[in-house]
Amino acid sequence: MHNNDKEQILRSSGVNVLKCMRCGKCSGTCPSYEEMEYHPHQFVYMVEKGEIDKLINSPSIYKCLTCFACVERCPRGVEPAKIVEAVRLIATRRQGENHLKAEDIPCVVEDDTPGQLLVSAFRKYKK
Amino acid sequence: MTFSYYPGCTLKTKAKELDGYARRSAQALGITLAELPEWQCCGGVYTTAKDEIATKLSSVRALEAAKKEGNALVTLCSACHNVIKQTKYALDTDDDMNFKVSNYMGIDAREACDTNVVHYLEMLRDVVGFDELKKKVVNPLTGRKIAAYYGCLLLRPGKTMQFDNPENPKIIEDFIRAIGATPVIYPMRNECCGAYVTLEDGEQAKKNSSAVWESAAGFGADCIITACPLCRYNLIKAESEIPVIYFTELLAEALGVK
Repeated sequence: MHNNDKEQILRSSGVNVLKCMRCGKCSGTCPSYEEMEYHPHQFVYMVEKGEIDKLINSPSIYKCLTCFACVERCPRGVEPAKIVEAVRLIATRRQGENHLKAEDIPCVVEDDTPGQLLVSAFRKYKK
Repeated sequence: MTFSYYPGCTLKTKAKELDGYARRSAQALGITLAELPEWQCCGGVYTTAKDEIATKLSSVRALEAAKKEGNALVTLCSACHNVIKQTKYALDTDDDMNFKVSNYMGIDAREACDTNVVHYLEMLRDVVGFDELKKKVVNPLTGRKIAAYYGCLLLRPGKTMQFDNPENPKIIEDFIRAIGATPVIYPMRNECCGAYVTLEDGEQAKKNSSAVWESAAGFGADCIITACPLCRYNLIKAESEIPVIYFTELLAEALGVK
């Protein structure tokens, strides 16, 4: 079966992965580095090589905090977070593949949980 | 001077004090904040995907409503500000986004949303002016050592947000000086608190947030200020040993309207 995932990621992210010079600054500045199986610089070159399935199936796609540190600090303007976002959307857009479900919420919400936390998590983890 | 005002969801619930002190302070400064009628939640976080259109429409509606009222749009929550400002930038720079939004909304989106998005701190700096603010302070917070916690969303991406130097900002420190206190500069002031990961991995968020408050406390701060309810929540959950409060609370205190 023909697979368009790489093309989808490139279009959705608008990222030119060929600009990456693999300096690793994105991963060096990532606040989730230690929690990730694949790190931001790996997302970039794995997409370039077409190793998309490994990324889609990795918990790493839910570790990006959208802090834009790698977007800001990449010396080549690659903006790796946009790649991570596009890969995660391939996963969460699949039917039944929501990482967070509404029925999970009552178990995690506390009296002081801000609404901002819930809407942000839904935006990132659910379609 | 009148601005349209977008409070956002959390300022109506768990962060009422961020909103309340801002409104009272604006009044004391002679500024009218006219809350947009029927604003919708920004979604909390901007989606960078170019093929995500529907998730950006609430921001489009806010931009359009303010434009119709003929006002600049003031935001207060860091996340709302980031989402609305990035949506505006996408409309201005991405023809495909502008095309799709225009078709869906039945408007010329780029024109209809040509609204200046101003964070409350930018309003203090650029409209009121920190020198003027200083003159209106009746209760200077002399001797207080305050750490500004910028976090991510006010500053980044810098080319879009145009808020301040993203790696060496000074707007909140200038604000702290204007209200008579002493700013504490510390290394982690523009690093991430852990954001929404706190919902599924509290330990990670705690690690990120602890690094922030420990850095601020280590450099001698007796208080941390923020504009973001989620930053504040995460720092408090990480058992910050110094208080974490909204910058508007200190503003109101200095202006004598707390």
